[in-house]
Amino acid sequence: MCSLCGVLGAEGDWTEASTMPSLNRLGTRRAQRLHRVQVVNVVLGQFGLSLRDWQGAQFQVSNRTGRTEFVDNLSQVWRAAERILGRACDPLDPSVITRMERLERTD
Amino acid sequence: MTDQTTSIPVNVITGFLGSGKTSLLRRLLASPALADTAVLVNEFGEVGLDHHLLQRVDDEIVLLQSGCLCCTIRGDLSTAMRKLYARREKGEIQPFRRLVVETTGLADPVPILSTVMAEPVLRYHFRLGNVVTTVDAVNGLLHLERQPESAKQAAVADRLVITKTDIAGGSEIAELRRRLSRLNPAAPQLEIAPNVLVHPDSLLTRDLYDLAGRAEEVRRWLAIESDRAAGGSHQHRHDDVNRHDAQIHAFCLRFAQPLDWTAFGIWLTMLLHSHGTDVLRVKGMLNVATSSGPVVVHGVQHLVHPPEHLPQWPDDDHSSRIVFIVRGLSRAAIERSLNAFGRLGAPALERV
Repeated sequence: MCSLCGVLGAEGDWTEASTMPSLNRLGTRRAQRLHRVQVVNVVLGQFGLSLRDWQGAQFQVSNRTGRTEFVDNLSQVWRAAERILGRACDPLDPSVITRMERLERTD
Repeated sequence: MTDQTTSIPVNVITGFLGSGKTSLLRRLLASPALADTAVLVNEFGEVGLDHHLLQRVDDEIVLLQSGCLCCTIRGDLSTAMRKLYARREKGEIQPFRRLVVETTGLADPVPILSTVMAEPVLRYHFRLGNVVTTVDAVNGLLHLERQPESAKQAAVADRLVITKTDIAGGSEIAELRRRLSRLNPAAPQLEIAPNVLVHPDSLLTRDLYDLAGRAEEVRRWLAIESDRAAGGSHQHRHDDVNRHDAQIHAFCLRFAQPLDWTAFGIWLTMLLHSHGTDVLRVKGMLNVATSSGPVVVHGVQHLVHPPEHLPQWPDDDHSSRIVFIVRGLSRAAIERSLNAFGRLGAPALERV
């Protein structure tokens, strides 16, 4: 637990495992975390939401009016996003896939 | 994350009512290789008989106090496993090196798997080993068609054991094998004759975390590709869609370009959040841009094991290959979605 903010350390999620076993220094973990936030934001942006790292321990999912939920890992992002949105974030929804495909073409 | 190669493996033995789970377990436990194995069963329904049959290993059996192991007493399973581990640590029982959990015949095995994989204390000491499903050669086809639990038990298996082959016809066995291949092409099917000892290597001990056997295990998963290329996927188009097992199908996606681990993780967590109950198994060997060797991922429904790194590729084929066993989900939609999301972190994925 962090003695400053009182945040309990979350259990490691499978998505947080490094794909570079030889590079597990803190800097690398931090860089990977920020990269994760960056990529998730491309997806959440399609739903009008955003993700921010919070103290390297949790993530904040927010909408444009500032409604925010804290989550521990990527696996929890989608549940929070759906609560804020009031609808599903389904990656098999053809309209979601089409938006992701269009996004790629315009990048 | 704990080191999965040193945790105590937990094997789940499942299978429909009367399919021979206990008989298989009894024969397995007769092997000296499993002398240091603890067993958890429950005492409901047929289990009274099961318990009677398992008298010979009475010192190693812990009976759960409640009825259905899977639906209502996951907490009991967790408690039983914790107590077992505590007794082991105190030296009250021998330091078992493997745990076998036998489910009831009507059980959905997934809550048991999730207890082992996700319960914070248990996953520190234990890891999920092979799931072994028994299928009765005489009644197995009927069970697969009419009982959703039976189809699910077969779909999540790492090893399928066909029992009662001595009293079933050759054509029945062949048809059962065909159905099982369609449901779960990544699981080897073993026919075990009655009254012979069963060596645990073939069912329990060879798994992804066995350093000597992991490459072979992954290669086995991916054998689905060559089966399907040989025409296997076209054999079943006339199946009755109302059958429970007809709604479950398996396929393998292959990508030539390295995947971005972050993008893949985001996509898979999103897919499992939305459709986890219908993604019965995912098994894949990935070419990840930042890793020199392949990364192995596998999961059951909403749960994904920590990824494993293999030191080297098993052959010259370095494409990412992912096997999905799904219920009612479209292969085309999953492939298109993964392609679209995969582009987030890497150059466009190229379909082989």
